Amino acid sequence: MRKLLLQNLWRSPLTIAAPAPSAAALAELGVKVDQAARRRLGRSLAIREVDAGSCNGCELEIHALNNAYYDLERFGLRFVASPRHADVLLVTGPVTANMREALERTYAATPDPKWVVAVGDCGRDGGVFAGSYACVGGVSAVIPVDVHIPGCPPTPMQLLEGLLALLQVQRW
Amino acid sequence: MSAAASLQVLLEAGQPVAGHRPWPRIVVTTELWHAVIEGLAGGGWTLLGLWGEPGMVHLAAHEAASGFIGVASLPCPDGCFPSVGRLHPPAQRLERALADLVGLQPIDAPDARPWLDHGRWPVRHPLGAASAPAEATSPYPFLSAEGESLHQIPVGPVHAGIIEPGHFRFTANGEAVVRLEERLGYVHKGIEALLAGAPLERAARLVGRVSGDSTVAYALAFARAVEAATETAIPARAHGLRALMAELERLANHCGDIGAICNDAAFALMLAQCAVLREQVLRASAACFGHRLLMDSIVPGGVATDLPADGVHLLRALVAEIRRQFPPLVELYDNTASLQNRTASTGFVRPDLIRQFGCGGTIGRAGGRDFDARRQPGYPPYEQLKFEIPARTDSDVNARIWLRIGEVEQSLALIEQLLEQLPMGPVCVEVRQPGQPCEGVALVEGFRGDILVWLRLAADGTVARCHPRDPSWFQWPLLEAAIENNIVADFPLCNKSFNGSYSGHDL
Ligand code: SF4
Repeated sequence: MRKLLLQNLWRSPLTIAAPAPSAAALAELGVKVDQAARRRLGRSLAIREVDAGSCNGCELEIHALNNAYYDLERFGLRFVASPRHADVLLVTGPVTANMREALERTYAATPDPKWVVAVGDCGRDGGVFAGSYACVGGVSAVIPVDVHIPGCPPTPMQLLEGLLALLQVQRW
Repeated sequence: MSAAASLQVLLEAGQPVAGHRPWPRIVVTTELWHAVIEGLAGGGWTLLGLWGEPGMVHLAAHEAASGFIGVASLPCPDGCFPSVGRLHPPAQRLERALADLVGLQPIDAPDARPWLDHGRWPVRHPLGAASAPAEATSPYPFLSAEGESLHQIPVGPVHAGIIEPGHFRFTANGEAVVRLEERLGYVHKGIEALLAGAPLERAARLVGRVSGDSTVAYALAFARAVEAATETAIPARAHGLRALMAELERLANHCGDIGAICNDAAFALMLAQCAVLREQVLRASAACFGHRLLMDSIVPGGVATDLPADGVHLLRALVAEIRRQFPPLVELYDNTASLQNRTASTGFVRPDLIRQFGCGGTIGRAGGRDFDARRQPGYPPYEQLKFEIPARTDSDVNARIWLRIGEVEQSLALIEQLLEQLPMGPVCVEVRQPGQPCEGVALVEGFRGDILVWLRLAADGTVARCHPRDPSWFQWPLLEAAIENNIVADFPLCNKSFNGSYSGHDL
């Protein structure tokens, strides 16, 4: 183990350079975040991920944000285990009827100020599952959404751009 | 019914259905249905799937001794059928799902509780004679466990990590788990209903999203079922590219899983290292086929994109890179006693349960059941490739980690062979227009185990009915058995070593 750790110390890091925040997400966000909340939060955000019926593809890419290449935590963004500790809910899936209440309750359990990021084409409007008897269709049908990150699934890069837009808005 | 009688001989007494390929579908009498159930219960053959449509219930079974696969269909004009789960527990959840979705009732079923229907849909029996749901729904009755000093721990559906939702109800005596009961269905998306009437292209996209981590395997199973139904032969290069994608998917997932399991034993270094390997596979996949998870890359008739000019070179470099980085990680796992202290003898699954449930994938092969759909029934191009199927009998978390390690090595070797032998030529053909209704079935080995896809196409080539069955159906129940007498704190470790799909199961 020591050898492996030493090697990792010496080799150059795998982490990519930070991308620019997504212009689309910035535009969507611009009007929605109020100044006071920004001051209170400073520059770090705790994220609670909620799978509201995803195919698990989106989760795989959200997971990838934590790997050495994307290293989300360097931006002050970190995943937390409870909505009570969260500033941001990162919601995936077409919101199944069976998950609707759980999503509503998770939202209610998240303290203000809070943001909701809807991830993936499913999170936007139900994606390929739109129209099903079992899906509500899109996160905004259940709770207010601040930013959408489209894609099926969005790549870690797209996720990063969308999340960085959140931080950007806070700095104004 | 003695287990010695063959399934094939037994089914010969029924009425074969024309246009069902490649394996037969037989309409059976109630008597024959009972004989099939007894054969399953006697261990002579394995349940592959159980699904329904209005007026008919279908059961797919596999006989390991002969390799025979057949589908038995029982007409149920009265809306009920003799329960399979009564004698053969692996069928119980499938039966409950079928009752929820189609409305066919299993007679004398041991568990009459709903499964996928949580009382939240605007319809009842969405795949059958859809009707308005009942006004009030009663709370779901969990099984009880009684005794002094027992306490219950409810977990989920929203879990603490970045994982899919499901509910676990633990009954514990101090630290030891006395009973775990799962309640799933939270991510039920109604995919089977969306598939009915869908054109092939849309249906392929839907089936490719039954479980995103197995999108290649699902798309492959769907395409193979369509090609069987329509008797479409695809080019040799398409077979090669499909296998390449399937092995890349296996490689990425196994790398991710090995790291994630160790992380649940608080050994984060392994996760960090394995996640890098996984990322490298996904990047190579995107560079070669245009999508990191390879979604929509396999289509009925072949594959959507050919390997680019530098693809072979890229993938060879990937294999070389993993060959360089992976062995030190294996060594690290092997030499870290504190980690193995957590994984060895934890989450043991009894091999007789594995056999009974026809549990596939790494869980099955780590517990003495060496089934792999790439070998039996087998499909191209695997018959031309040299590979081993790692198998163990110790059946604990440690065994499941080693199984994945072995399969990573096999997948690397398979990718090399595939690159070596990749035939030239076209990568896709038009799917033949059936002209009349036809049916197809396919069994494909995903990273999690064998995926079954059954479908019926209408005369115009659209999907009339399609049923995808995830390997998790036969794995989730065994997790309940695996955790018994383990401590609550080891549940994440056991669960991750299974890595069942919620989405694939809930459908
Ligand atoms: S957007 Fe795509 S990857 Fe994400 S949950 Fe929906 S189908 Fe799956």
